[in-house]
Amino acid sequence: MNQPTLNQFQTVKYSRIYSLGASRGELVVTNDDIAGPIDSSDEWIRQRTGIITRRRASKTQSLMDMAVEASNEAIKSAGISPQEIGAVIFSTITHPYQTPSAATLLTELIGANPAPAFDISAACAGYCYGIAQADALVRSGVAKYVLVVGGEKLSDFIDPTDRSISFLLGDGAGAAIVGPSDTPGISPTVWGSDGSHWSSVSMTSSLLDFRDGESSWPTLRQDGLTVFKWAVWEMVKVAKEALEVAGVKAEDLSALVTHQANIRIIDELVKQLALPESVAVARDIVNTGNTSAASVPLAMHQLLKDGTVKSGGLALEIGFGAGLAFAAQVVVLP
Amino acid sequence: MALSQDQVLAGLAEIVNEETGIDTDSVKMDKSFTNDLDIDSISMMTIVVNAEEKFGVKIPDEEVANLLTVADAVNFITAAQE
Repeated sequence: MNQPTLNQFQTVKYSRIYSLGASRGELVVTNDDIAGPIDSSDEWIRQRTGIITRRRASKTQSLMDMAVEASNEAIKSAGISPQEIGAVIFSTITHPYQTPSAATLLTELIGANPAPAFDISAACAGYCYGIAQADALVRSGVAKYVLVVGGEKLSDFIDPTDRSISFLLGDGAGAAIVGPSDTPGISPTVWGSDGSHWSSVSMTSSLLDFRDGESSWPTLRQDGLTVFKWAVWEMVKVAKEALEVAGVKAEDLSALVTHQANIRIIDELVKQLALPESVAVARDIVNTGNTSAASVPLAMHQLLKDGTVKSGGLALEIGFGAGLAFAAQVVVLP
Repeated sequence: MALSQDQVLAGLAEIVNEETGIDTDSVKMDKSFTNDLDIDSISMMTIVVNAEEKFGVKIPDEEVANLLTVADAVNFITAAQE
């Protein structure tokens, strides 16, 4: 008896980002609104973070509301049907259920059922992790179109008296459709992790401690200076490597879109990378705050929306944060 | 060859000037980074990383909080060179 030869997925040569979608928390929260409990001021917060306002969801606006809005915009802009989506990847650290995933519910709500759907937990690197996976799924022929969403309702996990990170944080969701392309649209991703700094950005306690009455509701904390040092000087190396493996130089870029952690990190990265002035630098943090997994797609969406950059240009996107985890790739702007 | 305290001070003053614009002559041994020079923690970390590169020393993150004055930093760097 002759054993039949297996079929395997037919690979596709290139992939690209077709479109983006964005949704921000409906509340505009000023520095004065939050300065009291941390004994701070508008000036202090602006000087140290660049943030003037952050966008936060109202009590009734859920993570899923924002994810659906961003996803629907991306699907519509891509000109595809939700039924054509072959996989949904949702990066979030604020979905309030251990299981089931946020991605399966999102897939149902946007009409992409029965697409395979799963969450990833890579915090502020999560969207770029998602783009790396979407690129691989598309080029390997596993899925024709992949929806990547980075979304957070971080305001559910903050402590108003925390001076380390809570005052930076905002809520929002960004989405992208990745699909096949005739020309290269997503460079090789430079990504990795450093668990030796596992506690540098983390929750104040585990859910088990909370259940056992040993801690209050877990909220986010960070060792700001350690993270600042890593986010600048280690991410400079990652950014340079991403440019090298992409085969492009800094002057070829239209934009640098980093995770919107802190304007001081962004400014120092720009300085260390010696970016020419022709490269637009995303500073969406000024009006949106730090939205973790949502920050890169929100910032890129804003640059395109306000006409700072044009479709077809090259952008270096780089996400970094809790884990510590990081990912960077050069993409053709949708 | 290890640099003298004066040489470390001069080099550190250049780094502080580059990061903050503070005149190098104002970076004196008895000055407090926070109270006298008005350098915030993020700028301090930038100064620390630049000092590590310039002087070829390692300044652990947990040590940075102990570097209150210019003299603290100069002494630490001078000792760390050896």
